[in-house]
Amino acid sequence: MSKPFVVPVQADSVCQPPSSTEFLIDRTFRALARLGVVVILALVAALVFEIGSKAVPGIQKYGLDFITGTVWDVNQQKFGILPAIWGTLYSALMALLIGGFFGVTMAIFLTQDFLPPRVAAVFRTIVELLAAIPSVVYGLWGIYVVIPAIRPLTDWLSQSLGWIPFFGSTLSGPGLLPAALVLAIMILPTIAAVSQDALRSVPLKTKQAAYGMGATHWEAILQVIIPAAATGIFGALVLGLGRALGETMALAMLVGNSNQISLSLFSPANTLAALLALNFPEAGPNEIEVLMYAALVLMLITLAVNVAGSLIMAYSQRGSK
Amino acid sequence: MTDLSSSLSAVPSLQRKFETRALRSILLTTITWVSAMLASVPLFSVLYMLITRGGARLSMEVFTELPPAGFEMGGGFGNALVGTFVMVGIAALIAIPVGILAAIFLAELGPQSKLANSARFAAKTLTGLPSILAGVFAYAMVVLTTGSYSAPAGGIALAVLMLPIVVLTAEEAMKMVPKIMKDAAHGMGCTNSQVIWHVVLPTAMPAILTGVMLAVARAAGETAPLLFTALFSNYWIYDGGHINAMSPTASLAVLIYNFSGMPFDNQLELAWAASLVLVLIVLVVNIVSRLVGKTKI
Repeated sequence: MSKPFVVPVQADSVCQPPSSTEFLIDRTFRALARLGVVVILALVAALVFEIGSKAVPGIQKYGLDFITGTVWDVNQQKFGILPAIWGTLYSALMALLIGGFFGVTMAIFLTQDFLPPRVAAVFRTIVELLAAIPSVVYGLWGIYVVIPAIRPLTDWLSQSLGWIPFFGSTLSGPGLLPAALVLAIMILPTIAAVSQDALRSVPLKTKQAAYGMGATHWEAILQVIIPAAATGIFGALVLGLGRALGETMALAMLVGNSNQISLSLFSPANTLAALLALNFPEAGPNEIEVLMYAALVLMLITLAVNVAGSLIMAYSQRGSK
Repeated sequence: MTDLSSSLSAVPSLQRKFETRALRSILLTTITWVSAMLASVPLFSVLYMLITRGGARLSMEVFTELPPAGFEMGGGFGNALVGTFVMVGIAALIAIPVGILAAIFLAELGPQSKLANSARFAAKTLTGLPSILAGVFAYAMVVLTTGSYSAPAGGIALAVLMLPIVVLTAEEAMKMVPKIMKDAAHGMGCTNSQVIWHVVLPTAMPAILTGVMLAVARAAGETAPLLFTALFSNYWIYDGGHINAMSPTASLAVLIYNFSGMPFDNQLELAWAASLVLVLIVLVVNIVSRLVGKTKI
């Protein structure tokens, strides 16, 4: 062992250079820490490799027809996931529309001096608790509370405004709208939390300048603070979308699992994650291949959205510094 | 006289006029208040349902008995509770040591190195991984290799979800340790690992614990990764003197999912009671983590 600390000290001095055992321990510990980092990288690599390599037979057999096909029938060996992709995007965008509005409003409400600090803390806790409830509990709640609660409204809409494609069918239980509503509640905390950070990072001086020019509270918020925090809020929305695309349980329980492409908010649909959740437990070897293919497609979609979200967040943080 | 009136007319009127922008402010504030209230409704509705429907069924026997079949009455979810603890325990045993070690490297040993930057990016990407894909991964890696659904497979799937949370929160916690304290320790001749063990880790411990507990709470509530890794079972994991480690294992979350679609009232009541228990576990861990995190450095 080399000893870089060798200094002329007396043998009985209190000050001693680290002993060779201590150096050994130091080296081992640092190597262990490095190993921990390598494990993370290896995990991501293994994740992509496992899902990718298991999907290869499915890709060779079905190719791009798998993505454009609309039938999922195990008996006929026909597999297509276009309806699931459609349902994934449609439900996630609906959820983003609703959850985004409430999430950003909540963030404005909590950061722009509407409330005394104590009351704001109560609302902040409510939002954090919303994030803590497991998705399967939301699913159960959705089946027995949300669906019965919205049914009168959806019946009325489909009867009187049925000519609009969005209201084209009646809600017969599970469907896209209840799924999107519950999904919106689940992504609200993410959007609210990240948007709050963005709004808080707007310098106080900017706000004071707006007030100094005679802006009202809302003029300052809408015309000065939100534009200043826009990149961060946009990043929050993209991260929320990423979460909505990958959410499984609430959708598996509420979306209805029917392979159809429909604009109607009230008809049952399917999503990629729900397709995996429902078919995996009972799948035979043939079906496993195509399910792995579907998992790969889901991974690529969420990866693209999440990386875009992270890049936007990094960009907005660089701008605010 | 004329001088005064002309100078008066130059002064703008101080009388308050009705302004549309004031009206708009009031309107927007009202909308904001209403939206905030509406956004809080789901939480209270969920809690209300859990307490009324789940609380009605809660008794000692649901914690000690096995899930009922079809038309059976009674029963409970004792095995699912045990299964959840076992699988979250396995996940914690894997994710916490690896996560904290990696965080030490990211925060202290090589924060700007290429390895650290790519690992940080990998961890951030993992936080956005749909939980079902963690299940697909564990299925491909463990279930297909060992040939059976099992508790370790479920635990590994949960570990994949816990790891990035532990890494990122622990890194943040260690970055908060004042540089002066580390410099002082280095100045006394400590090796890097002595500084980490005796200064950085003890100082950052409350915040690290917060992250760890949040990760545990998240894992306890996850369903999707367990659906086809641990599957479900109607029996105890510990049976007849030996542990059935490599067999399907029940968990609270999967029990709720399975029972939610059943047409029997008994199962449905149990699903609500199990939800109440699950939410209580998650909330208690959450609240404790917050209390721990409040401990000042």
